[in-house]
Amino acid sequence: MRFSIYRYDPDKDQKPYMQDYDIVLEPTDKMLLDALIRIKVFDDSLSLRRSCREGVCGSDGMNINGRNGLACITPVAGLKEPVELRPLPGLPVIRDLIVDMTQFFKQYHSIKPYLINNDPPPETERLQSPEERAELDGVYECVLCACCSTACPSFWWNPDKFVGPAALLQAYRFLADSRDQATAERLDNLEDPYRLFRCHSIMNCVDTCPKGLNPTKAINKIKGMMVKRTV
Amino acid sequence: MTITKRKFDVVIVGAGGSGMRAALQLSEAGVKVAVLSKVFPTRSHTVAAQGGIAASLGNVTEDNWHWHMYDTVKGSDYLGDQDAIEFMCRQANEVVYELEHFGMPFDRLENGKIYQRPFGGQSQNFGGAQATRSCAAADRTGHALLHTLYQRNVRANTQFFNEWMGLDLIHDEQGDVLGVTALEIETGEVVALQARAVLLATGGGGRVFQASTNAFINTGDGLGMAARSGIPLEDMEFWQFHPTGVYGAGVLISEAVRGEGGYLLNKDGERFMERYAPNARDLASRDVVSRAMTTEIKEGRGCGINADHILLKLNHLDANVINMRLPGIREIAIKFAQVDPINEPIPVVPTAHYMMGGIPTNLHGQVVVPYKTGPEEVVQGLYAAGECACVSVHGANRLGTNSLLDILVFGRAVGSQIIEDLRNNPHHKPFPTSSTDKSLARLARLDSQKDGESVAQVGDVLRKTMQAHCGVFRFADMLKEGVTKISKIAERAEHTEIRDKSRVFNTARVEALELTNLAEVALATMVSAEARNESRGAHARDDFSIRDDNKWLKHTLYFSEERRLDYKPVRLKPLTVESFSPKARTY
Ligand SMILES: Cc1cc2nc3c(=O)[nH]c(=O)nc-3n(C[C@H](O)[C@H](O)[C@H](O)COP(=O)(O)OP(=O)(O)OC[C@H]3O[C@@H](n4cnc5c(N)ncnc54)[C@H](O)[C@@H]3O)c2cc1C
Ligand code: SF4
Ligand code: SF4
Ligand code: FES
Repeated sequence: MRFSIYRYDPDKDQKPYMQDYDIVLEPTDKMLLDALIRIKVFDDSLSLRRSCREGVCGSDGMNINGRNGLACITPVAGLKEPVELRPLPGLPVIRDLIVDMTQFFKQYHSIKPYLINNDPPPETERLQSPEERAELDGVYECVLCACCSTACPSFWWNPDKFVGPAALLQAYRFLADSRDQATAERLDNLEDPYRLFRCHSIMNCVDTCPKGLNPTKAINKIKGMMVKRTV
Repeated sequence: MTITKRKFDVVIVGAGGSGMRAALQLSEAGVKVAVLSKVFPTRSHTVAAQGGIAASLGNVTEDNWHWHMYDTVKGSDYLGDQDAIEFMCRQANEVVYELEHFGMPFDRLENGKIYQRPFGGQSQNFGGAQATRSCAAADRTGHALLHTLYQRNVRANTQFFNEWMGLDLIHDEQGDVLGVTALEIETGEVVALQARAVLLATGGGGRVFQASTNAFINTGDGLGMAARSGIPLEDMEFWQFHPTGVYGAGVLISEAVRGEGGYLLNKDGERFMERYAPNARDLASRDVVSRAMTTEIKEGRGCGINADHILLKLNHLDANVINMRLPGIREIAIKFAQVDPINEPIPVVPTAHYMMGGIPTNLHGQVVVPYKTGPEEVVQGLYAAGECACVSVHGANRLGTNSLLDILVFGRAVGSQIIEDLRNNPHHKPFPTSSTDKSLARLARLDSQKDGESVAQVGDVLRKTMQAHCGVFRFADMLKEGVTKISKIAERAEHTEIRDKSRVFNTARVEALELTNLAEVALATMVSAEARNESRGAHARDDFSIRDDNKWLKHTLYFSEERRLDYKPVRLKPLTVESFSPKARTY
C-alpha cells in the first residue's frame, strides 16, 4: 500500500516535505495506526503519538486524505491511495505528525472545565434524574483529540480568541449539568465577540468528530441560553 | 551531557487515576507537586476502563463493605492482604461519593442515585446471591473518571509535566529516594527532579504479552525504575487474562456485557460456563472463566474455521439496553470485530489484562522491602500506587471493578501519607552527582550503539515468548525454557539500536527505553512463575494443579540484581474483623 506522509524534524530539516512509503501490510494490519506502526518498523524516525489503539485516548488525531480523524479507528481498507497523511492543520508542528496542542488545551482550560457547586456536599451522592443525566450524553464522551477544532476555519484564524468547538462542547457539558451552579458565570465568560460568537455554524466540526459528537448543536444551545437570559 | 536540576516537594510519576487522585490530595493541601506523564493526563490508560467501580452503596441490592471484603479475599484466592482489603472496602463508598461530588457523570437510577450493575465475583451475604456493586458511567467509566480527576486537578492548579518520561530513581547510598531523572520528550533534555517524596503511579505492564488489552504506553516503567534501584517486585507471576478480548485485536469487551445479561457459547452453541461454575456461571471470577474458555478451545469446542475462539452473545438483550448501557462496546465490536452485537455474537479470547503484582507497599502506599528489622521496612521517600503497586488487595486474582477502586482509595491514602511524612522530613537532602550517571549512561549507550537489533524486533520476540510460555495454563518445561529465553531477550534489549538520533520528540528513543522496562517485567514474571509450584488464582500450573496453602500461602519477592527470589507472609489479619481463612474456592 502506498502512503505519502508529511515529514519535518526541526533538528535536521530546513523545511517540511512529503515522503512516500510503499509497504506490504500484514492481514492483521486493519487500521491506519497498524499500518503506521508497520512503517515505523522500517523507518523508526517516523514520529506520531499513540496510546490506547481503540479510539478512547485521543492521541492520534491526524489529517487523513484531507480529513481529520483518529488513525487507530480508521480502517485502511477503503482509503484512497496514496494515503496522504499530514499533521492536524492550524497548530504548530513539533515534528512529523505531532502538533503542539498548547493553544488547544489553553482554550479547554479557559472554560473552567470542572463542576462548580458551592453547597456543602451531602453525605451520599447528589441526586440527578436519568433525564438530567441524559443531557450529558453526546457531550461528556469527548476525547480531546482536537480533530474538530483543527478543522474549524474560525479556530484557524483566531486560535487565541475563539474557544473552538471542542472546548465549547465542554463548556456546554457543565452548563448542562444539573449539579452545576455557575451558569451565569459560565455564560459571562463566553459573552464576547470572539469566544463563542466566532462560530458561524460551518459544521466542519460535526463532520469530522471521530466520536460522532456534535459540537455545533452544543454551541447553538449555548447561544440559545445567551439569548434567553437577555430577554 | 549536562543535567538540569529542579526542585519540588513531591514528584509523582504518572497521571492516570492513581497519580491524579494523589496529586489532588497534595495540591489541595498546598504542597508543591510535579506530576510527570508520558502522555497528556487524559490519555492515560485509566481512560479505557469500561465496566465500573466497586462500592457497596447498596443502591440496587442490599450490600455492605464486609461482604465486599469477603468477595475480594476469596477472589484473591486468599493471597490478598486482609488488612489492606478491609481498608479498601471500608473506604469505597466515600471515594465514590467524593468522585460524584467532583462532577463524575455516573449513570443514574430512577430515584436519582448512582447506577450500579452486577459484576463477576460479587455476592451478598458471604457467597450468597449475586450482588450489584459496580458503579458505572455507561461502559465508559474510566473515561468519565479520568477526565473528572483531570478537571478537578485543573481547578486545584496542579502542575503537570506532560510528555515527560521518568527514567530512574535517584537515591543515596542508604537507599533513601531523593528524586527521579526524566526525559522531556519534546526537547530530548534530561532533567534531575529533586523531591522529598517520589510517588510511582506508572500503571500496568500488560504490553509484555502479545495479545493484550493494554495501551502501547503500558510498559511497566515504574517497575523497571524500582527494580534497577534494588527494590523487589512482588507476586509478578499473577497476571489476569480477561475472558473477553476481541479475537485478533485484543481490545477489551467489558465484563459489563455479562453483567447486563450476555453469556459465552462454544461451537455447539452450548452455554458451557454452566458446567464449570454452576452457580455464578458467566459471572464467575475471571481466572475461572478464562480457564474454562481455554479448556473448551483446547478440547476442540472453539468457534470459527480454526476452532480458536469463543462467542459472546448479547443479541438477546434489548437493543435499548445495548445502546444505553453498552454503547462503547457496540462501537468497539463494529470497528474491531466487524459485527454489530445487536444482531450477532462477538468473537472473543482470553487476553492479558491486568498485573496483580508490582512494587510492594503497605496500605499507606509506602514502599516496603525486607531489611534488617523484618520483611516490610519502609523505603524513605518512595511511594507507589495504582496498578504498578502491590498493596496487595488483589492477591492472585483481581475482581472486576476493584482496580478503579484501588486507584482511588490508595491514590488518596498515599497523598495523605506523603503530607504527613513531609512534616517529619522538612528539607531536601543533597544528592550525590553520581546518582544521575545511570540514566545518562543508558541514553549515551543508545546514542552510540552500532550493529544492534531493532527495538521492534526484540520487542516482538519478547511478547511472543511471554504469550507462549506464560499464558493461562502454565507448564513446567515451558516455564523453565521461558526463563532461559527471556534472560537472553533481556540481554538483547540492552543492545538495541535506534536509527533516529534526533533530539526532538524522538519516539524511537522512548520505545527503546520502554523495552528495557518490559524486559524487567517479563523476567520477574517468568522467574516467579517458574518457582511457584502450585495453582492459585490466575497462576495455573499443569503439573501442580491445586492450591497448596501449607507451602505457598506467601508473597513472592523478585530481586532483579541476582534474579533472586524471596518470600514474605500474607497478612491474614484484617484491621478490625475476623480473618477469612482459606477455603476451597467455588463459584
Ligand atoms: C481496557 C481496560 C478496561 C478496564 N476496565 C476496568 C474497569 O471497568 N474497572 C476497574 O476497576 N478496572 C478496570 N481496568 C483496570 C484499570 O483501568 C487500571 O488498572 C487502572 O486504571 C490503572 O490506573 P493507574 O493510575 O495505575 O495507571 P494508568 O491509568 O495506566 O496511568 C499510568 C500513568 O503513568 C504514566 N507513565 C507511565 N510510565 C511513565 C514514565 N516512565 N514516565 C512518566 N509517566 C509515566 C502514564 O503516562 C500514565 O499517565 C481496565 C483495564 C483495561 C486495560
Ligand atoms: S460549526 Fe462553528 S465550531 Fe464548528 S467548525 Fe463551524 S465555525 Fe467551527
Ligand atoms: S468533540 Fe470530537 S473531534 Fe472534538 S475533541 Fe472531542 S472527540 Fe475530538
Ligand atoms: S491511540 Fe488512542 S485514540 Fe487512537
